[in-house]
Formats: sequence, C-alpha cells, structure tokens
Amino acid sequence: MGLTMIEKILARKAGLETVSVGDTVVVDVDMTVLIDMQFSNQWMRPYRIHDPDKVAIVMDHAVPAPTIRDAAGGPHARKFAADFGIERFYDVGQHGICHQVIAENGLARPGEILACTDSHTCAAGAFNTAARGLGPAEIYSIMCTGSTWFQIAPTIRYEFAGVKPAVVSGKDIFLYIANCYGDAANANLEYGGSGLEGIPMHDRRTIATQGAEVSADFSTFGVDAVLQDYLDSHGVTNYVAAEPDPDANYHAVRRIELGTLEPYVARPGTVSRNGLPVSQLEGQKIDQAFIGSCANGQLEDLEIAAEVLRGHSVAAGVRLLVTPASQAVYREAMRRGYLQDIADAGAVVTNSTCGACFGYHMGVVGPGEVCITSSTRNFTGRMGSSEAEIFMASPATVAASAITGYVTDARTVLS
Amino acid sequence: MSLAFSGRVWVFGNSLDTDGMYPGFAMKMDPPEAARHVFYQVRPGWTDQVSPGDIVVAGKNFGIGSSRPVSALFIELGVAGLVAEEFNSLFFRNAVNAALPAMTLPAATSIFSDGDTGTFDLTDGTWRNETTGASGNVPKLPDMILDIIASGGLMARLVAQGYLPAEPIDDRRS
Repeated sequence: MGLTMIEKILARKAGLETVSVGDTVVVDVDMTVLIDMQFSNQWMRPYRIHDPDKVAIVMDHAVPAPTIRDAAGGPHARKFAADFGIERFYDVGQHGICHQVIAENGLARPGEILACTDSHTCAAGAFNTAARGLGPAEIYSIMCTGSTWFQIAPTIRYEFAGVKPAVVSGKDIFLYIANCYGDAANANLEYGGSGLEGIPMHDRRTIATQGAEVSADFSTFGVDAVLQDYLDSHGVTNYVAAEPDPDANYHAVRRIELGTLEPYVARPGTVSRNGLPVSQLEGQKIDQAFIGSCANGQLEDLEIAAEVLRGHSVAAGVRLLVTPASQAVYREAMRRGYLQDIADAGAVVTNSTCGACFGYHMGVVGPGEVCITSSTRNFTGRMGSSEAEIFMASPATVAASAITGYVTDARTVLS
Repeated sequence: MSLAFSGRVWVFGNSLDTDGMYPGFAMKMDPPEAARHVFYQVRPGWTDQVSPGDIVVAGKNFGIGSSRPVSALFIELGVAGLVAEEFNSLFFRNAVNAALPAMTLPAATSIFSDGDTGTFDLTDGTWRNETTGASGNVPKLPDMILDIIASGGLMARLVAQGYLPAEPIDDRRS
C-alpha cells in the first residue's frame, strides 16, 4: 500500500521504509522554533542543546512587551541566543508572527519536519513541510534532543478542481470546507488536485494555518510550479519533496469545485459546521473589525484591504485594526502605499504581533461587542470578553464590513 | 506520576477549547491564579468545587486550540487525570508531557455522570465506574507514551538526562 504525503515524510524522517495508520514513530526534527512566551514563563536555561543551526527564536506573541512578565522574557531570549550561537534570532524590529517569519526566511523546507511552540505551525504545510505546533515542554525537549514522536493518523485529501472566483480567498475556501465537513480531530489534511495551481501561496498558507481550527494534526500541500517559484525566490534549495503515492490509502477524498465558491463567514464560537455565505449574514452589525494574524496578516491581505478601503471611511462607531504579520510585511506595505490607504480610511495600523488574535493586547473586545475578524479563531472569549461575539471572514469581507458597520460582501464595495 | 487514577468525576461536553480553559487574560497571571479561570465560561465557580484527586471527563474534540500549557493548570488544581471521548492531539500530548494521565474512552460522557467515582489504569487500559459498576477497557497506549508519564513528564526527564538543571538559573546575571 502506498503512502500519503505526511506518511511519506514521517517514514523518511523515522528511517523507515513504510508506516501505517496507528504506528508510533520517532523522528528527527529539522527545525525547531521557539517563541517569546517560552522565555517569559518559567524559562529554564539548558546545559546543552542538540544543534543551534536547527533552532530559531521569534519574538511575536507579546511584542513590544505589554506586561512586565513579558518584558522579563526578552533578556532570557537574547542571552540564550548569544550564548548558544543561535543565529536565527528574530528580535523586536526584525520580528513578526512566527509562521510569517518561518515563511519569509525559508525555515520550512519541503519534505522536512518543523516544530514550533504555536498551534498554527501547521501553516508551514503550505511548503510541503510536516509542521506541527507542540507545547512548550515538547519544543524544549526537541531543542535539547533533536527528536520527537508522532502517531500516524489517517489522512483526508482535498482535491481542488476548477478556478476560484477572484474575490474568493483562501479564507473563504477554508471556511467553506470547515462548514461542510466539520472537525478532523486526529486526522491529517492533504491538499492537491488540478485546481491547486490557481490558488496562490498566501491563500495556501491561510488554508494550511487553519487546519488547527478543525483540530487536524498536519496540513500539507503538494509541490507545484507555484510553490517552486516561491522557494526559488526565498533561497530554499536542495530539498526532497514528498508527493503521495498513487495508491495511497486515504480516510476520505473530497473534491472541492472552486468555481462554485463564494465569500464565507463563520458565526461565533467555532468554524466547524457553523458558516454561511456572506449574503446570508448581511445586516449583522459590528463594533470592531480586525485584519491580521498568521492566517491573514500577509502582504496580499493588506493589499486587498487597501483596495477595498481606498476612497472609503470606516463607519462611525466602528474600529478597524490592521496588524501586519511581520515587520517585513509592514515595511513593504508601507512602501507600496497600502498602509497609507488603510490609515486614511480611519483604520488603526499596529505593529506586528499576535496581539488581538489571542485577546492578549492591541485591541481586545468588550462585553456585548461584535467583532468580525480575519484572524484564526472565533472561540467564545478568544479576543477578549466572553460576552463578545466573533465572526470570521476574509480580509476583503472584514474591510468592507468596517466601511458599512455591518457584515458586507466586498463585491458591493469594489464594484 | 501514577498511570492509574481513581476519584470523583466531573463531566463536561464536546469541543472544549483551550481559550475556555486558559483564556488570554489568564496568561498574564502566575499558574495558581490562572488556574482559577479553568472552565470560567462553561461552568463558572468550578475551580472552587474541584478537589485534589478529582477527574475531568469530556466529550469529543477535547482541547481544540492553542499549545498553551493547560495541563499545568489542571495539575495546579489537583486534577488526577483526564478522560475524553476524543482528544485534540496537541492537547493530549501536552497532558502526557506534563505527566497528567489521559485516557481516550469512547462514550465516556454516557458512561459517567457528575459525582460518580471512576477508576482508570493506563497500564492495561481498564476503566470502571465504581458508582454504577460499568467497566471495560480501551487499547493500551504505546510504552513510549506511558514512559513519559511515568517518568514525571518531559521536563523531569530532561533533568534526569542531564540537559537541564533541577531548578531555574537566573541567566541574566551570569
């Protein structure tokens, strides 16, 4: 029996010819990424680590530090990086949300394994990488020992077909899938098919990132010309991609007709079987709108936001917050004028951080408020008060909604 | 940490997410204070009712969400083990890595009611509702996973393996 994409990577990294669903395998990890919070909460300096060239440190969740606890972590991180010769250290100013930094710096390589202390690490699956978010103790352990274990879970494959309408983004595709098929706990997601070539990298990254919201283990994409171009332009070479075998054994294969999709919105609480086409939610009033996070703070997300907002103003009584996913995204969006358009419309542009997405800083919501967000989670209480409601949609839909003050189809603003 | 646990069970529903157990605002607190917010939405006041040795029983997709170390808060509250019909795999790993024993038991929320006494043993996969007499067994976890729990969790194991000091060192002054 052949192997799925993820089975192939895990078998290879375990030094095995083959693996089967249910097997537990010990694998070598190619890149381990620590985030700032690892250093602010009970940091333990190790005596030795496995390989400093296989470690990166990214300051992202709480920067610039909103609390003394967070501020206290910074010196630990800086000294640790210096003492152990960790060159891939992305300090405040060269920082960004870890998954964006991983993408920009070519830290995720096809066919390899990447681990990081954040649950959205599956984002790097867009690069054909077996990428997993793991808890702080496990990341610490991998940093020290260079390896960890995984249990082989069944794989669900999504076959994209056709061409998506221009306004439909990776977020809409994901919200549609989450609404149709629900949770995928203890399963891997694999994306491919003839329609993949029409889905650009930033949309693939959104889709891969949000595998966490349907509780999946790994989310991985195949390698095609679009990904190869991205890798070439980011200096990623000499990789061994993992494609599924023709006779791979899937738990399910689901075909997605891209041409039939339209913008989607998830209602508060969960994305799982809880979405609607945007047209069915128009009229829903909002108080805050947020564009940002590892899922949708990318340059292309700011580009479409600027396009929607140009010549318009954020509605009275509504706050639009925009958080670029990295300092590099921030600088490029500034250079291209996107931030000017966004700020001119009355939005607040923040520094790059995980910030509002996880309700920690930079724009939490209050009791009774309604937020529409392009970030990663709409769990109750995720972005602040548990008495607030969080709708989730694409950056285009969020920007259009900020203009009108109600959930709005961006096509009505753009036309 | 023991691989067998027995105690009073608290039964919760499906898809309990990590933000509902370790909310963002609690991440600014020390663990003892943060632990007072576990299940603050779904069962306000629960942290005043739970006693050391109690067991949390949940439904499907238990622990969807973040990598934040929720298990540390359960340990802070004295919870002896977690049982769920289905775990989010990251949440399950975090429990194992913190040496908090966890058992997957399909239909757990039908088998157990609030206040029942349950006994669970990961070494052989057996479980028993001491209140109703129902019992059974689930597939045994791989030895590799049981060893992590039995050795006191990943950090304790790294100390034993010589990677870590037993106590944090203030490296900023070194």
